[in-house]
Amino acid sequence: MKLTVWTYEGPPHVGAMRVATGMTGLHYVLHAPQGDTYADLLFTMIERRNHRPPVTYTTFQARDLGSDTADLFKQTCRDAYERFRPQALIVGASCTAELIQDDPGGLAEAMGLPVPVIALELPSYQRKENFGASETFFQLCRHLVRPVERTPEVSCNILGPTGLGFRHRDDVEEVERLLGELGIAINVVAPMGSSPIDLQRLGAAHFNVLLYPETGEAAARWLERELGQPFTKTVPIGVGATRDFLTEVADLAGVSAQTDESRLRLPWYSTSVDSTYLTGKRVFIFGDGTHAAAAARMARDEMGFEVVGLGCYNREFARPIRALAKDYGLEALITDDYLEVEEAIERLQPEMILGTQMERHIGKRLGIPCAVISAPVHVQDFPARTSPQMGWEGANVIFDTWVHPLVMGLEEHLLHMFREDFEFHDEAGASHHGHRAAQPTAHEEAAPDGVSDAGAPILWLIDAERELRKIPFFVRGKARRNTETFALEKGLSQISIDTLYEAKAHYAR
Amino acid sequence: MNHALPVQAHGCRNAPVLKERGQREVFCGLTGIIWLHRKMQDAFFLVVGSRTCAHLLQSAAGVMIFAEPRFGTAILEETDLAGMADAHDELDREVARLLARRPDIRQLFLVGSCPSEVIKLDLSRAAERLTQTYAPNVRVLNFSGSGIETTFTQGEDACLASMVPVLPETQDEQLLVVGALPDIVEDQLTKLLSDLGISVVRSLPSRRSSEDPGVGPETTVLVAQPFLGDTVAALAGRGAKVIQAPFPFGEEGTTLWLRAAAGAFGVSETTFNAVTEAPRARARKAVKAAAQTLSGKSVFFFPDSQLEIPLARFLSRECGMQALEVGQPYIHKGLVGPDMELLPPETQLSEGQDVDLQLDRCRASRPDLTVCGLGLANPLEAEGLRTKWAIELVFSPVHGYEQAGDLAALFARPIRRREALAL
Ligand code: SF4
Repeated sequence: MKLTVWTYEGPPHVGAMRVATGMTGLHYVLHAPQGDTYADLLFTMIERRNHRPPVTYTTFQARDLGSDTADLFKQTCRDAYERFRPQALIVGASCTAELIQDDPGGLAEAMGLPVPVIALELPSYQRKENFGASETFFQLCRHLVRPVERTPEVSCNILGPTGLGFRHRDDVEEVERLLGELGIAINVVAPMGSSPIDLQRLGAAHFNVLLYPETGEAAARWLERELGQPFTKTVPIGVGATRDFLTEVADLAGVSAQTDESRLRLPWYSTSVDSTYLTGKRVFIFGDGTHAAAAARMARDEMGFEVVGLGCYNREFARPIRALAKDYGLEALITDDYLEVEEAIERLQPEMILGTQMERHIGKRLGIPCAVISAPVHVQDFPARTSPQMGWEGANVIFDTWVHPLVMGLEEHLLHMFREDFEFHDEAGASHHGHRAAQPTAHEEAAPDGVSDAGAPILWLIDAERELRKIPFFVRGKARRNTETFALEKGLSQISIDTLYEAKAHYAR
Repeated sequence: MNHALPVQAHGCRNAPVLKERGQREVFCGLTGIIWLHRKMQDAFFLVVGSRTCAHLLQSAAGVMIFAEPRFGTAILEETDLAGMADAHDELDREVARLLARRPDIRQLFLVGSCPSEVIKLDLSRAAERLTQTYAPNVRVLNFSGSGIETTFTQGEDACLASMVPVLPETQDEQLLVVGALPDIVEDQLTKLLSDLGISVVRSLPSRRSSEDPGVGPETTVLVAQPFLGDTVAALAGRGAKVIQAPFPFGEEGTTLWLRAAAGAFGVSETTFNAVTEAPRARARKAVKAAAQTLSGKSVFFFPDSQLEIPLARFLSRECGMQALEVGQPYIHKGLVGPDMELLPPETQLSEGQDVDLQLDRCRASRPDLTVCGLGLANPLEAEGLRTKWAIELVFSPVHGYEQAGDLAALFARPIRRREALAL
């Protein structure tokens, strides 16, 4: 038993829904109580889909238990088939139905429906959403893929995108464009954008482009084993990764890696003088394994940030993230406990967080700017405009997204110089943020006088406290903390203006 | 506007109800925690359930605005199910950790879920044991919010019913208003009732456990939410008298609700009119503005919050709408009977749900406005139907005179928006 406040991933059947909802011609019959129908709103509200997810729930009640939940399941399957006439059916149990052990797979298979019925075994008490999506897609491939001839022209499948995926819609569009520029045809994009009939001809492609290992790697490995289709290992998020990806694709396709970078603006934007202020910004990175790893590379190599923390919430990616963190001289944070992440951020005092919606809330509370790089998603992560993370345009989008929460270069100086000016007072925040400006939080201001964050008795003398308040809000927390740490190391019990500036010199980079 | 309509004999109280049993598209009772934890400021709601339960709570209302909320889920794991770990020991450990971190907690609710009920985890035993451990600082109670036992708002009923046995005994004459209302609404209604001359007016739930009301034979219960059947029965079991009235939505509903209380406490007609005249006039005026948009339009209710019948009564009698179908997850005549009596006899009531069949009926009748859950709203909008999310009605202040106009406006807005857009 583990107490959870917020979760990074839903249960595994929500992963199965992400696959089904991204597809057409597939229907999911889920043995589950009525409350589990909440999952529909993830798609209709957060993703703003204009159709209900293709899911029928049995919504069994207490009075059905022990008598006829199995019959209810069969009846539901029959009705759902009659009403929706899908090309294939997937069936499974949510956490509660798993406990009553009706065996939906066995029941449905025995019904003799005229379409393929694929049973999903998704252990709700061990695994989570990403596993559910990955396993569902893998099972669909296993049951549906047929032996077919390769296409005469060189072609590939794009694997991994699902409903409710973080920017999947736009990533696919961008990657299709990149592949088109290399002259490579697209056979099938799956699961999102395909039907069970489309999956039957996955084997016609010469190789697979794997965009999201979280949801597509199990299927990609199976296709490699069964059909001899190699798959790409680089996820094209960032300039360097996109270049590597294109080289990898060109190799697999046997074409030349001549690429057109004219749409790519990040390198110039990052080189131009206004970006100087980005140098060495201390960032904390947390998300799913794939997006966290990509963000780390971009942050260090393409933005000039210093990565001070790196981690992921999906344990399936613990190993590569640990190895990667080591390269950055860090200990990876692998956890799905939001409080642990918050604690790490509080301790590290980064200048910016690259995280999920969870970290955005942590950032709000701690007064640290945050840009979102990964699921779990929020309605804001489905913007009306095309906004990929992958490819050239993805790199441009990410540059903008990461710079936006920060105070702009010249503005940072103005804030320093005109601290007392009414337009630059604390509450004004960054000029482009309007009313939603980062406010100095209660937390930051509340380090009670006389006690440092570390709990040791340190007294801020009045002059020093006043001086501290002249430091702009977005670096004040760090200044307070550095000064206190410095004082503790020196064995001081009081902080004067001199201590403040000695600490500043000590930490100067 | 139509407030002067004569009351038809029994309205649709005895009209045939379409009973359906198929897929329900309604939240489970856990959802109630989202508003209860805001209302009861020293309470923590600990769901004993699965990752699904935790995910429901975080998704149902986009509630991540609260950095560290007063609810959480103790997620059952494989070891708990396989009996490898004693679930009670595990629960004790998690509770100890929680209470150590949150010394502000005075009442802890252990909330049962489908998984905890299917494995027959006895939370009442756990609550008794933990009460002994943490008394007098923390009171530990339990109720079920499971989807196999409760729908959406029934969670609040189960929660309040669990509090009734521990309310102190009182012999005082008092009026007890039952149902979690936004503070501002609770204050308004309490003031009106006091102005009528009812000297002691208390509320359940109270904002803090130290302000819990008592209950006894001189207690008269006035129910503010139409989904509190078990709570009302438990209060009656402790000797309280229960007043029957339409629910306080709109000018008419609020007046009839207050009048029922006035009747029970022997308030004179003169006093009643003196106290209610001004707010009634305000409410009528405010409703009238929105009713211009609503009048003559049709409305279709999918079952959701149990507010459907009282709201249909408000919309048909005060806003001039025609209710085509009014669905509720279940119909408790002891609670909504008085509202049913005021509905036109031809209103089609439905109980339970088969969502696909109901969608067929809805599409066929092309209502001007459909009141439904979040899973259905955008798909119906995409089909060209105007919708109002039912959940907003549970989260916003909509009871009483001063909110009557807001309530009507909530329904008018989707229609006005559609008229405003040139797309
Ligand atoms: S329906 Fe049951 S399992 Fe689902 S969220 Fe509600 S209590 Fe949990």
